[in-house]
Formats: sequence, C-alpha cells, structure tokens
Amino acid sequence: MRAIVQVRLKEGVLDPQGKAIEAALASLGFSGVGSVRQGKLIEIELSETDPDAARAEVGRMADILLANPVIETWSVELAGK
Amino acid sequence: MKVALLVFPGSNCDRDARVALTRLCGTAPLDIWHAATEIPGDTDFIVVPGGFSHGDYLRPGAMAARAAVTPALVAHAGRGTPIVGICNGFQILTECGLLPGALMRNASLRFVARDVHLKVERADTAFTSCYRAGACARMPVAHMDGNYFADDETLARLEGEGRVAFRYVGCGDTLGPANPNGSAHDIAGIYNEALTVLGLMPHPERACDRRTGGTDGVPLFQSLIEWVQ
Repeated sequence: MRAIVQVRLKEGVLDPQGKAIEAALASLGFSGVGSVRQGKLIEIELSETDPDAARAEVGRMADILLANPVIETWSVELAGK
Repeated sequence: MKVALLVFPGSNCDRDARVALTRLCGTAPLDIWHAATEIPGDTDFIVVPGGFSHGDYLRPGAMAARAAVTPALVAHAGRGTPIVGICNGFQILTECGLLPGALMRNASLRFVARDVHLKVERADTAFTSCYRAGACARMPVAHMDGNYFADDETLARLEGEGRVAFRYVGCGDTLGPANPNGSAHDIAGIYNEALTVLGLMPHPERACDRRTGGTDGVPLFQSLIEWVQ
C-alpha cells in the first residue's frame, strides 16, 4: 500500500516561495493566477495492508516528523499497489 | 568548566564554536555526536552549533531534532542547564519544542551572509550579563531560513515576558536592511520561559576575534562562563 502525504503551510503563514512562483507565472504571461502556495508531497511505500492501520501509522509519522504543527498541516491519501 | 558541544552530520560551525569556547573557557568543550544517548550530568552549559544538519532535508533542524541525543538535551533543559542554539542550532531547538515558533525561508528567498546589528534586549540572563542592556552588538549571519515565525499570541507572550533576546536594528554604519530575513518583530533570538534556553540566528562564535570579524560575540560566552561559576 502506498500513502501520499501532503504537507501544506497553514493559512496566514507567509509563503515566500509561493509568492515567487506567482510572480514567475505572471511574468510568463499567465493571466488570471490568484495566489500560489507551495507545499510538499511525500510518498511512502508501506507493508501494512489494512487501510485504517496504515492511516493511523502514517498519521503518527506526520505528527512526529513529516510536518511541523507550528507552521504546517498535513493530509494523507492511500493508494493501492 | 564542562561545556558540551553537540555535533550532527552536516554541522559546520562546530569548529568555530570549539575554537571560541576553548579560548574563553581554557578547556576544550566535550564533543557529543548526535548518535550519543547521554550528555554528562555535570555539564555546565550546552552549545548546539550551526550548519546544515542532515542537509536541511525535510525542514532545517527537523531530522536533528529527532536524533538519539535529543532526549538527553531536553532532559538537561528541564533541569535548567543553559543551552544556546546558534543558527541551525536555533532551528533544531524550535523543531524539538524547546523554543516556540519556527524559522522559515528568508523573505528574500536568498541566502544571506553578512554582518548585522543586534540590540541586546536585556542584560540579566545567563547569556547576556556581560553585555549592557540596549547595547548594539555586531555579528555575522549566514542562513537561508532565519525568518522567525510564530502566531500572534506567541509573539505577544514572548514580548510580554521579555523573552526576545536579540533584535535586528540599524545602528551606526549601514550594513544593509536592518532585518536580513523578514523575521517577525525583527526577532534575531529568543529565550524559553525560564530564560535558560537561547536560540539565535546570528553567529557569536564567529565574532570572538578582532582579526576575524570583531569581538561582540565574546560577552555571550563570557556571560555563560560567569553564570555557571
């Protein structure tokens, strides 16, 4: 089973990298771009086959290491093989 | 004098800290490798040096804050052993929860390496008793992620409890924008609640010799030495 963890900056946390992407898109002529926020995507291969157990395990990983709760939130999606 | 110097894979300011501490203390600090699980109980103070521990992967300081040595560091903090984290050391101390907030990417998105001026907010702590309160100290910064962030409530608490240790200011000769990284409230360094843990982005250990960058970092280590004697 594969877990996909998305880590995002919390609302209200300034994201200079997102701002730079926003400015770059505008300079490339993409009009109609509102705000851009940059996050992280972490893919984890798991030996666990039970979705609930996998979700709980990955949640612990996110709480302990993958995200910093001061500035980030996370969400997890599970995918089959 | 027993000083512990933590060393992680990718630490690169540990040598400068070792040279400064050896000269000021008269004895070399004890190097503690990240895989160690103990820091001697009779350690007088602990220095977490700068660098790029674990390549800054995931987030600066994130991996180091989960190292084998971290529980021993946290235990010492609980007993009131003074701990100073410099640059990446500051990032590690926020990541392991000994200091509030987080160090984010510089607002300029550029690595900044130059001297800055710091206002010493108070001179009655283990780290600043050899400064004059309100003094302006000049030290180098060298970082990509020094943009201090905390929510408004935390910032208000830090200010209200006198826990801002150093603030970027413009004083005397112009060195560029006073705040090099966009940090909230121009914060360069903060204390924990007990004023026994200090994290700061500037490098006092690189300002301990008049031939190489001045001596405004000396009072910080001198304060610690006098404090624990």
